[in-house]
Amino acid sequence: MAELLELTVAEAAARIAATELSAEEYFAAWQAAAAGDQLNAYLYRVEHPVDHQAMDGPLGGIPVAVKDIFCTEGSPTTAGSRILEGYRPPYTATAVRRLDAAGARVLGKTNMDEFAMGSSNENSAYGPVLNPWDRGRVPGGSSGGSAAAVAGGLAPCAIGTDTGGSIRQPASLCGIVGLKPTYGAISRYGMIAFASSLDQCGPLTRDVTDAALMLAALEGRDPCDSTSVGIEGGIVTPSREDLKGLRFGVPGELARDSFEPGVRAVFEATLARIEELGGEVAEVALPSAEHGISAYYVIAPAEASSNLARYDGVRYGMRSEQAADLLEMYESTRAEGFGVEVKRRIMLGTYALSSGYYDAYYGQAQKVRTKIAEDFSTAFGAVDFVVTPTSPSVAFGLGEKTDDPLSMYLNDFFTVPMSLAGIPAISIPAGLAAPEGGGAELPVGFQIAAPAFAEQKLLEAAYALERAVGFAARPGGGDG
Amino acid sequence: MIDRDQVLHVARLARLRLSEDEVERMTGELSGILEHVDRIGRLDLEGVEPTSHVVALENVLRADQPRPSLAPEVALEQAPEPLDGAFRVPSPQADA
Repeated sequence: MAELLELTVAEAAARIAATELSAEEYFAAWQAAAAGDQLNAYLYRVEHPVDHQAMDGPLGGIPVAVKDIFCTEGSPTTAGSRILEGYRPPYTATAVRRLDAAGARVLGKTNMDEFAMGSSNENSAYGPVLNPWDRGRVPGGSSGGSAAAVAGGLAPCAIGTDTGGSIRQPASLCGIVGLKPTYGAISRYGMIAFASSLDQCGPLTRDVTDAALMLAALEGRDPCDSTSVGIEGGIVTPSREDLKGLRFGVPGELARDSFEPGVRAVFEATLARIEELGGEVAEVALPSAEHGISAYYVIAPAEASSNLARYDGVRYGMRSEQAADLLEMYESTRAEGFGVEVKRRIMLGTYALSSGYYDAYYGQAQKVRTKIAEDFSTAFGAVDFVVTPTSPSVAFGLGEKTDDPLSMYLNDFFTVPMSLAGIPAISIPAGLAAPEGGGAELPVGFQIAAPAFAEQKLLEAAYALERAVGFAARPGGGDG
Repeated sequence: MIDRDQVLHVARLARLRLSEDEVERMTGELSGILEHVDRIGRLDLEGVEPTSHVVALENVLRADQPRPSLAPEVALEQAPEPLDGAFRVPSPQADA
């Protein structure tokens, strides 16, 4: 059974398709693995046997861990929040339906920062997820449950959402692959909204090939989400072995002392790999990117404050017992149902949108967004990709940053600009580094960003680089 | 940056009841975050078009045809207090 769990999604799907492996047996093996979750990665697990009829397709028989932000008809969906405890949606998200249509089945729902607001998974109302490499450290967030499940051997693959880095950063901190596709590549229907102009679904997998397989199933236009457009030409399995003729841009503004020395060493070594594979490394200018965090922490909370107005105790979710009148019912429900970070973002967003401040904050942030998108367009005139470390540090300790929201926000420094520009970016594990304060080595992610809808080209380059890097380390699975 | 009265005002707008502790903490934390965010307020972005949506799309249309939607009983299933095909809420005025 342990051997079954070693297979990549591509390998398992091929064996199932060739009837060398039984889908029932494979699914049951993963159910057993998921049942042994000691990382608090799952909020809900499918424990009954699944219907293996009609499991044909490119992902036939593959179990998928689904971030608890995706609505799944009839099964619990909390978005990591107390306010949705016990909620069972009456419909299923398009992304989950598309995986189902490709033959995959939901294995369980994964833990996350409440409403996807966080970079450490410590904002879940259901307790933090532990990093499988070191259980005293965070897995990253907000898709921390999905990342920990894949890295910790509790799921073969997962989906998450990325608003400012929520797929890429936990993938980096857990040593797996995480892809944020172009905004509009995958439908957002049934994905509980955080910041609607930024939210995007994507895969978290063991390798680049599996990410491509999942993206191929997930992408596409959906009549239920008029902002979805799909990826023209679809996605095929990547096969590129070199990087000849490709140019990789390193932002000149990337102050090399803005990230940990260990992260820097892995980043430099990966740039050297790119050159060994025939790629060229050049410097590009992203002069507005340094304002990304400021713009993001106006735009995302502003949109969140509007999206989260729906949680008022009327139509679904919890309602406070303290409700002498309607206004008190609203205020008590939201006071009891939301956690501290969600309240902070609602406050920030409401303030930024309030009368007299709109132009100074939201309007100005949207202009910065234009400047950042222009920076990338200019850069992509000269290079094929822009590369950075995914995260300024390796996984940090539980509780280390919870008292300082601003330092937590700065974790997203390298991932937010791509989100604001709406372009695709992937994080691949590039090596190990010791944390700054000392301790066992932990994974370091390498981020590659590409022009909008250039996912195929991005996956080809990531595939070639992944092979050359040969990252084979696994979490020790120690006794924590 | 942001004072206690503003915090209370914004909390009212957001329909959030904050405890005394939360008001205290929020005033300090929001001020710190806004101080960082205010850097973009000093940029000269006169004449730059704001971006509200990154993909070039406009007027995505569909045929105006009726199609099935959630049945009322399904839509009411998750309500804290359904009543006769509606969502029951407390009175807007406690003394009414």
